[in-house]
Amino acid sequence: MDNNKSWIDQRFPLTKVWNEHLAEYYTPRNFNFWYFFGSLAMLVLVMQIVTGIFLTMHFKPDAANAFASVEYIMRDVDWGWLIRYLHSTGASAFFIVIYLHMYRGLLYGSYKAPRELIWILGMVLYIALMAEAFMGYVLPWGQMSYWGAQVIISLFGSVPFIGPELLTWILGDYAVGDPALNRFFSLHVIALPLILVVLVFLHIVALHTVGSNNPDGVEIKKNKDKDGIPKDGIPFHPYYSVKDIVGVVVFLMLFSAVVFFAPAMNGYFLEHANFIEANPLKTPDHIAPLWYLTPFYSVLRAIPPMFGSQFPGVVGMFAALLILLALPWLDRSKVKSIRYRSWPYKVALGIFVVSFIVLGWLGMQPVTELNALLARIFTAAYFGFFILMPWFTSIGKTKEVPARVTEK
Amino acid sequence: MKKLLKTTTSVLAGLTLSFSVIAAGGGALDHANTDINDQKSLQNGAKLFMNYCSGCHSIAFMRYNRIGKDLGISDADVEKNLMFNGEKIGDKVTSSMSDKGAIQWFGTTPPDLSLVSRSKGVDWVYTYLRSFYKDESRPFGVNNKILVNASMPDVLWELKQNKSAEDFDQDVRDITNFLDYVGEPAKLVRVDLGYKVLAFLFVLFILSYLLKKEYWKDVKYGKWRAKD
Repeated sequence: MDNNKSWIDQRFPLTKVWNEHLAEYYTPRNFNFWYFFGSLAMLVLVMQIVTGIFLTMHFKPDAANAFASVEYIMRDVDWGWLIRYLHSTGASAFFIVIYLHMYRGLLYGSYKAPRELIWILGMVLYIALMAEAFMGYVLPWGQMSYWGAQVIISLFGSVPFIGPELLTWILGDYAVGDPALNRFFSLHVIALPLILVVLVFLHIVALHTVGSNNPDGVEIKKNKDKDGIPKDGIPFHPYYSVKDIVGVVVFLMLFSAVVFFAPAMNGYFLEHANFIEANPLKTPDHIAPLWYLTPFYSVLRAIPPMFGSQFPGVVGMFAALLILLALPWLDRSKVKSIRYRSWPYKVALGIFVVSFIVLGWLGMQPVTELNALLARIFTAAYFGFFILMPWFTSIGKTKEVPARVTEK
Repeated sequence: MKKLLKTTTSVLAGLTLSFSVIAAGGGALDHANTDINDQKSLQNGAKLFMNYCSGCHSIAFMRYNRIGKDLGISDADVEKNLMFNGEKIGDKVTSSMSDKGAIQWFGTTPPDLSLVSRSKGVDWVYTYLRSFYKDESRPFGVNNKILVNASMPDVLWELKQNKSAEDFDQDVRDITNFLDYVGEPAKLVRVDLGYKVLAFLFVLFILSYLLKKEYWKDVKYGKWRAKD
């Protein structure tokens, strides 16, 4: 045994892991605002798991008792209201953070070689998170929980040939009811969180293998000093750990403002109709999923039924998600960062961001003729961003990328 | 370029904001103007609710002693003034009307009002209670402007007749205020706690920012590598 090592290090690579991933993990020195959201996403994940553990202690996954048990948590459980608001606000916060994190990837080309796998793992994480959030929203068993689930799950019934059987298999019944609530609970508290944690682990392992991108899109590993340390790199710990703490505190201030002053966020984080217990006999006037799912809901509604089947819309909705996986190969640009990109990419990214937001807004509105037309236009713009990407990333003049990262 | 970044940032940041603006909508509801910190109003609202509403409507997620504790009413006073049917102090506030009787008398079961302030909003409750008008075609001789053909009689008519318009509005406001409290009892404490949490986080922010600044001096002057 190596006597210079501590008792633990002789048995477990503690110091080695600490150094490889923190104290001697070299990170570009020029991270900006957009680089806070990775660590914040991890913070929210941990918060959701911890608050979820306590909610699970008091929640009853039973169609007859679920709604009342949430109100029991809100009233009779000590600090139950706070735990529940942290969890419900955490769900929306998770998506805000993740959307900003993904947008950072688009800004600085973080998905481009050699980081394709980080991007793909991230996208799978995003899809898993959507499933997690959707099932979590069913659990309080309010009107929107119930009817939202009814609408979304019925999509599986439109699959040709096997649709109706598939639907019954998913629900364990002919409609959303107690069996569905029970299995969604199981998936929400065990299966999907496990998948999320494993995927986050893989996402970070992949990241630490190739190293972080940065706002200049410069590979810092190409410029190392005589000790093999990137000249533009600084150890993640302590420099980025202390910087991320500042980000965490600012995030917690905004987050607390919502939790304590507007936990329902005027119906956008907790829908008004969800304070009415699920009633299978009474369809609400207007069914809308929570805001973070609405862009894809809009795509679903934008595509008209064909041959009397909703299936094309369903395919469109999943295509809108899956096309994100192809991004690393659709982008033909020589440069990563938007700082050095040609103008066509900047315009296209602008249109894409606007399309995504407008689709999200439309997904919350009732269908009108104008809304349906707008949804079609912006769905076309959404897909256009990806389909035309090989073209618009290869035209226009890019700026020269500096050899080293730049300082402000 | 910078401008583009700035615009997209503000667009994304404004996302939630614009959502809440869209949410507003609604139309011709009067502003309830309730104040959950006004204990007198809550007490009056509780008294009026128990006298005029609780005969038909439950607030089944609420317990008598919790109302007493939150509204500064002793258990003895709660038992004397708010409980009429021999319930126990820890019981939930449920109406004694049977579903069968309700359907016979009103054609429907009166809804539980525990969460009406959250599903419909306080402005709706306030406006609804003040929107009854005479309509002989209806079973109880009254109809409602914002809930057309409501099955509910105008239970507050006596108050409306015997009080000035302002006093009546205040009574309705107190009932609405009480229902707002019933919808979310935690509202009594959460805002106060929120200020304390934010104050704590603000101090933490200053400390964490100074800590970051101190460490990053090394980065600025290239001193982070002890070897050099």
